[in-house]
Amino acid sequence: MIPEIGHFALILALCVALVQGILPIYGAAVGNSALMAVAKPAARTQFLLVLTAFGCLAYAFADKDFSVLYVAATSNSQLPLHYRLAAIWGAHEGSLLLWTFILTIWMFAVTLFSTHLPDTMRSRILGVMGLVSVGFLLFMLSVSNPFERLIPAAPEGRDLNPLLQDPGMVIHPPMLYMGYVGFSVAFAFALAALLGGNLDAAWARWSRPWTTVAWCFLTVGIAMGSGWAYYELGWGGWWFWDPVENASFMPWLAGTALVHSLAVTDKRGGFKVWTVLLAIMAFSLSLLGTFLVRSGVLTSVHAFATDPKRGMFILAFLAVVIGGSLLLYAWRAPRVGLGGSFSVLSREGLLLANNVLLVAAMGSVLLGTLYPLFLDALDLGKISVGPPYFDSVFVPLMTPALFLIGVGPLAQWKQAALPDLAKRLRWAFGVSIATAVALPFALGTWTPLLSLGLLLAVWIFSTAVVGVRERVGHVAGDGYVARLAGVPRSYWGMLLAHCGIAVFIVGVTMVKGFETEQDVRMNVGETATIGGYTFRFDGVQDVMGPNYTAARGTFHIIKDGRETAVMYPEKRRYTAQNQVMTEAAIDTGFLRDLYVSLGEPLDDGAWSVRLYHKPFIDWIWGGCLLMALGGVVAVSDRRYRPAWRREPQTVPAGARLASRQIA
Amino acid sequence: MTRFFLPLAIFGIMVGFLAVGLTLNPREIPSPLVGKEAPAFSRQQLHEQDKVFARKDLAGQVWLLNFWASWCSGCKIEHPVLMELAKSGAVPIYGMDYKDQRDEALAWLNRWGNPYQIVGVDLEGRVGIDYGVYGVPETYVIDKQGVIRYKQIGPVTEEALAKTILPLVKELQAK
Repeated sequence: MIPEIGHFALILALCVALVQGILPIYGAAVGNSALMAVAKPAARTQFLLVLTAFGCLAYAFADKDFSVLYVAATSNSQLPLHYRLAAIWGAHEGSLLLWTFILTIWMFAVTLFSTHLPDTMRSRILGVMGLVSVGFLLFMLSVSNPFERLIPAAPEGRDLNPLLQDPGMVIHPPMLYMGYVGFSVAFAFALAALLGGNLDAAWARWSRPWTTVAWCFLTVGIAMGSGWAYYELGWGGWWFWDPVENASFMPWLAGTALVHSLAVTDKRGGFKVWTVLLAIMAFSLSLLGTFLVRSGVLTSVHAFATDPKRGMFILAFLAVVIGGSLLLYAWRAPRVGLGGSFSVLSREGLLLANNVLLVAAMGSVLLGTLYPLFLDALDLGKISVGPPYFDSVFVPLMTPALFLIGVGPLAQWKQAALPDLAKRLRWAFGVSIATAVALPFALGTWTPLLSLGLLLAVWIFSTAVVGVRERVGHVAGDGYVARLAGVPRSYWGMLLAHCGIAVFIVGVTMVKGFETEQDVRMNVGETATIGGYTFRFDGVQDVMGPNYTAARGTFHIIKDGRETAVMYPEKRRYTAQNQVMTEAAIDTGFLRDLYVSLGEPLDDGAWSVRLYHKPFIDWIWGGCLLMALGGVVAVSDRRYRPAWRREPQTVPAGARLASRQIA
Repeated sequence: MTRFFLPLAIFGIMVGFLAVGLTLNPREIPSPLVGKEAPAFSRQQLHEQDKVFARKDLAGQVWLLNFWASWCSGCKIEHPVLMELAKSGAVPIYGMDYKDQRDEALAWLNRWGNPYQIVGVDLEGRVGIDYGVYGVPETYVIDKQGVIRYKQIGPVTEEALAKTILPLVKELQAK
């Protein structure tokens, strides 16, 4: 009964979504405020309906209802409750429901925080989101229904893929989807602006917090996926340029470009057309990512079940949504007009360069991901594009972009003077060069990449210091502390995000430069030393988990004669699918990780063992978290929130902003 | 004016490719070499570097030639299947380490286990070119006369093994 309620709720949601997608947009076009007023209640109703469906599926999982095909396929009576709930998004159908659910959450949020928007704008935004939702609901109801029954019911479920039975996997997909789907808001804003023809600075200002929040979620989501790959796959890597990873990375690159381009549109009224295109691109790439993962056109470790019918549906949906919005863009964008002029060396110019580099990087990832498919389609053979391609394309594109992080925030709008910039940045440049040359020697090895990485990281840090010093000089207030407090949060947010990138670079550089690993055969009581740490193997015991049996190894770690940690790597056999998983043990530290994974059992209690010493690896994810934190700080800036409430509804925000800029 | 249509045009081309891509199976390629004699090779062995691994040494038996590399994620997927097959002893598996680095290949086999009788080293991919390898992993079934009878593109799955490879191997061994 409960699954049928869920199914029915989805059907109702589809009806509501159709109403929400058609009436308000039409109402906005003809100026009928009654039709426009439908948008808000429709969006909220749709949210409640999809919430109901989601709750029903969750109940089916909690209740171990194996008469639901999806539940039987992805869970098991031995599976602990939290993983049974996470199994909702453990495979195709449920992920789609999560996608749609999150879309309605964003819609609901838009209805809450859009009271300051003109009615036409709000109804168009919600209308566009409603249309996107129509596509997903149709998809679920036609070819991918999570509530499909299995009659007679299975006596036992097939269990969740053991790879996904991990706390990281519980949160990673929702985070990622919050990011993916969050770009739908910026997308809807852009389409609404194109429909209405009012692409002004106010539009950019409204889009900014939404975009930044989505970007934060996406950043954390990707970082968590990478962290999961690191500790769960047992090979110690953190990024593999796998098609599915690329699918999440491309919207991130486009979204990063969008965040910067929105800043220009907001502050200077420039880049309007470009910003709209980026907003369309960021969401289109999210959809494309969904398509690549779901349709099975590419082979990947992550790929879900291959079903050509589903693939065709998503492709058609993609063609309608992206094709339609690009058509709208081609039709309306030429009338938008250009922003103010600026010279090449100005903050606008540098941000434009940043945008071009980010989009070029995104394009090269896209090309690398789809290239095998293109060749295949042209009957030119099958190839796989691997890390060598991405590394060799990505580093040269990102290096100048990272260099610009140091210059951009210090350059004036409109026109900056090179001698002046050079003078302000000279000591930061000196410090960076000196560190890049000297530090690798001090650490023991000098390689060009190591030096380059350190150069860029120190450059970003030191220019941030220069920026803060100058900024404090401009702010009014007595004493240093008061002045620091006077610097707006959006500025701190930007600095924090940029420093996050520097931290990330330090992590990547140090891991690449100094990680050591050893594959050894270890007998009980034997030791192996790596990176100054001695690992003593104290044998393997059999342990029972809730739905697996495991061989658990014990390793004592000794440094400078003192025991610093005990580690327990496991080799698990999940009983339901009879699948073996390597559960690495990781001793996390600020400056290094120790990583042990069990290989194969050899004769007389000996095991093949893989040991890693990974300096600074946690800085990679720490950097990502800092970036996201930067976004959160920026969004909390005063200029976004109270301003909304203070604004009287009668004055169009655009006009006031324009007058402020003239003044 | 036309520049505003550029994104749409690019997207249109992409959709075209994706649509064609959907109708293709990324794992399926007919090989012109099936039914032809397996190209001869003689390569250095991975484990015992002073020995060679040559096709002609394997005449008179049915065997599998598996192209793999330590950098290849698909190889990791098929690896448990190959390990099981090796344990069962149904057919000997010979490996060709394709465009790889020796120490990494050895480490990989050490870590995950070695299903191969012998592994040859194809550092620059010459043997791969002769065999028409598009990407790793690829696996060839070669009969007693040294003729290629089947080519598996991508990972050897349980299904492919049970439905195609093992029946074929039995039939060839009986001849």
